[in-house]
Amino acid sequence: MSKANLNLEEVVAMLDRVADKIISSEPELSEADRNIGDGDHGLGMQRGLTAAKEKLAEGGFPSIDKAFVAVGTAMMSSMGGASGAIFGTLFRAGGKALKGQEVFDSAGLAAFLQAAVQGVQDRGKAEVGDKTVVDAMAPAAEKAQGTTEANLTDALEAAADAAERGKEASKDMVAKFGRAKTLGDGAVGHPDAGALSFTLIMQAMRDYVKE
Amino acid sequence: MRKTPKIINDPNACAAELLDGLVEAYDGEAKKVGAGSIVMNDLPDGKVALLVGGGSGHEPIYHGLVGRNMADGAACGDIFAAPPPNIVLEATQAVDRGKGVLYLYGNYAGDVMNFDMGAELADDEDIRVETVLIWDDVASAPPERKEDRRGIAGLVLIVKIAGAAAATVDSLDELVRVTTKARDNTRSVGVAVAAGSIPATGEPTFELAEGMMGVGMGIHGEKGVRVDPLCTADEMAPQILDIIFGDDLEFGNGDEVVLFINSLGATTQMELLILNRAIKPLLAAKGIKVYDTVIGDIVTCQEMAGLSVSLLKLDDELKKYWDMPCQSVGYSKM
Repeated sequence: MSKANLNLEEVVAMLDRVADKIISSEPELSEADRNIGDGDHGLGMQRGLTAAKEKLAEGGFPSIDKAFVAVGTAMMSSMGGASGAIFGTLFRAGGKALKGQEVFDSAGLAAFLQAAVQGVQDRGKAEVGDKTVVDAMAPAAEKAQGTTEANLTDALEAAADAAERGKEASKDMVAKFGRAKTLGDGAVGHPDAGALSFTLIMQAMRDYVKE
Repeated sequence: MRKTPKIINDPNACAAELLDGLVEAYDGEAKKVGAGSIVMNDLPDGKVALLVGGGSGHEPIYHGLVGRNMADGAACGDIFAAPPPNIVLEATQAVDRGKGVLYLYGNYAGDVMNFDMGAELADDEDIRVETVLIWDDVASAPPERKEDRRGIAGLVLIVKIAGAAAATVDSLDELVRVTTKARDNTRSVGVAVAAGSIPATGEPTFELAEGMMGVGMGIHGEKGVRVDPLCTADEMAPQILDIIFGDDLEFGNGDEVVLFINSLGATTQMELLILNRAIKPLLAAKGIKVYDTVIGDIVTCQEMAGLSVSLLKLDDELKKYWDMPCQSVGYSKM
């Protein structure tokens, strides 16, 4: 089955699936962050997406952009830390780019990712190669720009693969931000935990539309 | 390694529960505001406001520095996580008395992003906000990249000065000027000898081989200058001071300083005092006069073992603010 686009109800269901995926990945995310950070990324993401799940369950979204923004706001206000600011901004900035869209399709995915990576970079000042979430987001956003004619399933498949490759590439990078920065070469060999989270988000979106 | 037994309730509720307990410790002088802030009661109209904050788990900072002639409020995050923007905004609104609010906090990526977002929300509410970042950790970046330096225990001295100034000055610009001077006159170096643990998981915050010391290591285990076998207090004192004196701020004959020796949690007063015994003659040998000594565990990371030494170089103006009495749970001065 491959879906060309998602309606509002399906978008909410997809975001709920994203939340479940991140919440259940807490041990993996915590472990990834312990290798290069202070180990609290998984718990923070778990807290943020538990709050997001509650917002999604309340429902009442007038349009799909508001559902994405609600996830971002819930994460930003429940998590704190760098992760709350970054992932909150990711969903809020990305969601705002979907204003006026009736459905979520491959063009919407491209707009979402483009605005999300721009918002995250404006907030955190990270460039590609700094070993941050941007290293998974930027390739996914770029890929999505080239698949706006494809159906949503194929576009998400390609974007998730690009995120995965970007996350893997972050292993060899020397961190320039956050607490990983202070490890210098010590963080080489481990992926950025934020890049891992973003990859899991993309994979959960892909898995939802593939069903 | 054996986990440190923790006397807590719900491991995921530590930040919220410690804040409740902290508010109680103020015996009515401060109150909880919004989702995670503590703010002094009875702040006078027209007062220039000082807001501090950061992740919880480092008690008594930052929230324990709320007090008389100290910070007016603190925005508190979860354990080791910066407070989210909505909490920063709630705290900002609660401390603002019409003259604007100074944000004073440690230079960590998460804190900067969240406080900046809080400042944007405050701007929407027509509250003027200025920011001074604390970056006293000499070991975290070279002097030409101060904006990459971390804020560690020197923050206590800076908040003390800023709190006294905030009680006295009549404009936010003046508070920014005095606070910036205190920040620029403060240098710290830490030494870590064992990690603390994350309360929710019991896992250590970082790895450090037994019997080793991280010279210049940050309070979350961030990389420092070097990792060496643990030495004696008498051997450690000159190593710490050499790093401070090697920096761009000159400490020389006739200078007066506030000396702060801080425990990161598990290191005892006994050890701090033994180090103090070694530090004092080294300062005297350079002709540096210690105007005031602060010894204590004020900037901690759970049961992390280690200490830091901070020096605040005084001038007549800073001395005036240092001399003002202050009272808070974390630091008080007669």
